[in-house]
Amino acid sequence: MAKQITIDEAAKLVKDGMTIMIGGFMGCGSPHKIIDKLVESGVKNLTLICNDTGLVDYGVGKMVVAKQFKKIYASHIGLNPEAGRQMTEKEVEIVLVPQGTLAERIRSAGAGLGGFLTPTGVGTTVQEGKEVITVEGKEYLLELPLKADIAIVEAGKADKAGNLQYHGSTKNFCELMVTAADITIAEVREVVETGEIDPDFVHSPGIFIDYIAGGN
Amino acid sequence: MEDVKNFIAARVAKELKDGDVVNLGIGLPTLVANHLDADVKIVLQSENGYVGMGEAPQKGEEDPDIVNAGGKPSTIQPGGAFFNSAMSFLIIRGGHVDATILGSLQVDEKGNIANWIVPGKKVPGMGGAMDLLVGAKKVIVAMEHTNKGQHKILKECTLPLTAKGEVDMIVTEMGVMEVKPEGLVLTEYNPEFTLDQIKEATGCPLIIKDDIKKMI
Repeated sequence: MAKQITIDEAAKLVKDGMTIMIGGFMGCGSPHKIIDKLVESGVKNLTLICNDTGLVDYGVGKMVVAKQFKKIYASHIGLNPEAGRQMTEKEVEIVLVPQGTLAERIRSAGAGLGGFLTPTGVGTTVQEGKEVITVEGKEYLLELPLKADIAIVEAGKADKAGNLQYHGSTKNFCELMVTAADITIAEVREVVETGEIDPDFVHSPGIFIDYIAGGN
Repeated sequence: MEDVKNFIAARVAKELKDGDVVNLGIGLPTLVANHLDADVKIVLQSENGYVGMGEAPQKGEEDPDIVNAGGKPSTIQPGGAFFNSAMSFLIIRGGHVDATILGSLQVDEKGNIANWIVPGKKVPGMGGAMDLLVGAKKVIVAMEHTNKGQHKILKECTLPLTAKGEVDMIVTEMGVMEVKPEGLVLTEYNPEFTLDQIKEATGCPLIIKDDIKKMI
């Protein structure tokens, strides 16, 4: 049974120095209310795992502007010039990860795998420092799992058992991140009674979700 | 300028077959969808997590939960489906995308491509490009032949690679080139240019055979 908490309480679960995953793709599927509270809280020295760094005034980009991260794993930072500036000035360590590799690294952590072999990045700078393994004559990079202390995602609907249903293209990284962190928080728009979401149409099973924040 | 882009997009569109699953990069490649023959229906894949991507919504009808891979409002067509980023890149990496069409900063005669980073200047991140290049069945680069006269088609890319040896075809306003083991073959040319002009605008040798066709 997931615990229902307020947006404020959710933000307080994030402590200085933690590694956090934030769901969303350019803010689509990101927990915007919790992000606003995290900016207010001033929590710092965080490591972020997120597809991108959003915009300066949208999504996780607001936390980038507030300088709350010491390290960021992302596939794209191009639409947030402040992230680029912080990388260039070496204020933040930014690890650029191909998007499919980032997704699969998170999935691997959730799935209990020791890593996976991908052809993505072979012959590029992404290969640097990684083991290259040849299988049946083809080269692959060994990529390792990525997990977090806390994953915070957004979902359209939750039931009180924590089952989540996403809407539109918001599943993106959210569905993976809830499997790959010690504590999982879903910011939701609507909470319904247990059983009101048809089990055939649950996207993230409630067993993954510790806290539901927001909703009615 | 727009006409040059549409000219290139119209030629690329002829490469697509009815039923193809296609991923279009940002910019010029998005124009390809406007130039398909009436009997060719393609399924557009958006790497943030759906197939069946439709046109941009009318103003006022945007759904913040449905965005394209550039984070801009989008729509989904009947028959489309949403999924998470691991599924999205399973589709991409697993060879379930028939063609990806993207622009580039540089391409070389070995099919190497560099389009994700200009060291010291622009470091936006690779997003899904590295996965798309290694995974799509056919990689078509659609771009202007030169950057204001500066060669973009080279003997060897000088910028950091996005993928090694993955480009199959290059379409520009001057011609159509295919990457073959023997080098870059000019299979079609735009008769508005002489072969000498095209060779001069290209930074590597072009193989020209007797059966070369006109682009229009």
